[in-house]
Amino acid sequence: MFEQQLVNGLTLGVIYALIAVGYTMVYGVIELINFAHGEVYMLGAFFCVTFITALGMPFYVAIVAAMLCCALLGILLDVVAYRPLRNAPRLAALITAIGMSIFLQNLAMIIWGSRAKPFAQEAVPAYLAETALEWSGVHLTWLQIFILGVALVMMLGLYLIINKTRIGTAMRALAQNKTAAALMGINVNFVISFTFALGSAMGAVAGVLVAVYYNTLYPTMGYVAGVKAFASAVLGGIGSVPGAMVGGVVLGVAEALGAGYVSSLYRDGVAYAVLIAVIIFRPSGILGRAVVDKA
Amino acid sequence: MLKLDNVHAYYGSIHALKGVCLTVEQGEIVTLIGANGAGKSTTLMTVSSVVPVRRGSITFEGRDITKVSTNRVVEMGVVQVPEGRMIFPGLTVAENLRMGGYLRRDKDGLRRDEDKVFDLFPVLAERRRQPGGTLSGGEQQMLAIGRALMARPRLLLLDEPSLGLAPIVVENIFEVVQEINAAGTTVMLVEQNAQMALSIAHRGYVLATGEVIMQGTAKELLDDPKVRKAYLGED
Ligand SMILES: Nc1ncnc2c1ncn2[C@@H]1O[C@H](COP(=O)(O)OP(=O)(O)OP(=O)(O)O)[C@@H](O)[C@H]1O
Ligand SMILES: [Mg+2]
Repeated sequence: MFEQQLVNGLTLGVIYALIAVGYTMVYGVIELINFAHGEVYMLGAFFCVTFITALGMPFYVAIVAAMLCCALLGILLDVVAYRPLRNAPRLAALITAIGMSIFLQNLAMIIWGSRAKPFAQEAVPAYLAETALEWSGVHLTWLQIFILGVALVMMLGLYLIINKTRIGTAMRALAQNKTAAALMGINVNFVISFTFALGSAMGAVAGVLVAVYYNTLYPTMGYVAGVKAFASAVLGGIGSVPGAMVGGVVLGVAEALGAGYVSSLYRDGVAYAVLIAVIIFRPSGILGRAVVDKA
Repeated sequence: MLKLDNVHAYYGSIHALKGVCLTVEQGEIVTLIGANGAGKSTTLMTVSSVVPVRRGSITFEGRDITKVSTNRVVEMGVVQVPEGRMIFPGLTVAENLRMGGYLRRDKDGLRRDEDKVFDLFPVLAERRRQPGGTLSGGEQQMLAIGRALMARPRLLLLDEPSLGLAPIVVENIFEVVQEINAAGTTVMLVEQNAQMALSIAHRGYVLATGEVIMQGTAKELLDDPKVRKAYLGED
């Protein structure tokens, strides 16, 4: 029972982590909570299903195509909605982010309808539904292994991009001092857009994984997932990428245990409780540095 | 090489530069001196397009760079070591240097230039894997200069490289500036330490409340009684 909850929590947790890195990276470079990030995650799932059903793409190809589309969408969001407000008061950008979130949600409703749809199960490789391992009552499906594996590879890739590449180093430089970064010849707007693209691609994958895992997708799915991923990012220390990864996993496990041992009614409440507790007791999060509020 | 023509700049309603005119010729060291708040840093920041020019123009090698973005100005070879160093505290010394050479793709040249920086400032070589933020103030200043050199500047803008440094380190830094200049880099040097600055510069400008109030060769300025009184601490 405990082990099973742990496995389930871990599966959810890595998905939260995939979304959370998008929040935290964008916050890291422009100090904006991109509320529309949950919608990018939702659209990742819809793009994927649409590519499968309308264009007949194979499952794996559709995932990559959805990533690319969401990366472009992330860039578009930045260029159209946030870049014009770069020097405006922070509240302006924040309100715009909420506006973009509502806009994208409604756009999805217009295009795909507001009711929940099943994922295109016929396109999902059948083996994923089978149990891969079973020991003392704990089931681990291939789908869960797939989710954990994909998340692990994406995180590793992200780590390498941020720490080992030229543009990743530029992202970190930018997060530390924008003026100095510009004085190095770094194209600040380009690097910010790249950050959006990276986070959005990760979010798209999370959207697909969740839609497959629960076999459902709907235009408002980005809301709760967004809140949980945001809570994960805050828990890990907003702005810290390893923090977002750890925060997501911790939150996923806490949720699964909370739902398993207390009541499944409290599942979503755990995220809010964590968010509030972190804000009260440790605003800088698990791995975040203590920050002076600049608002 | 560089020409500022009647440059005006504002911070909100503060009129920080009120028609600055100055030139820097290829191969020179030109110094900009003046009291606190005179507009020296602002002048460099307008050249780097960090602070926008409201009126007037800036040309570099005959091209108008008044409205050119910061990264394009750097691409053209104008590189600044800003006031307060602005090194990246969370990046290692090596990464800071790599960011200095951000626009360059010649791996071999970059490695050679990194070695040159380490020759110039051996202490940086020892600290190469250490976060920039853990360096001492003087070491950070060396890193900031080294980082700028990694860009192979044609025109190097230095904003108070001597600030807060021990006299021996200041001398070392000024020697380095002269070496850099002798190797063909044009230098524009902003300094509080007017004596030191004028001792290595070819020419100088005196700035007060956003305007050039005096200019001349370094010797003329050093010999000028008003300059001696106001900026060299004589009475
Ligand atoms: N970010 C800013 N916001 C508002 N005012 C500013 C800002 N930066 C500079 N100023 C003002 O512009 C004027 C010129 O400042 P600047 O930094 O160019 O002076 P400076 O000559 O470099 O002085 P110092 O020798 O103290 O470095 C000053 O009156 C200063 O108060
Ligand atoms: Mg200054």
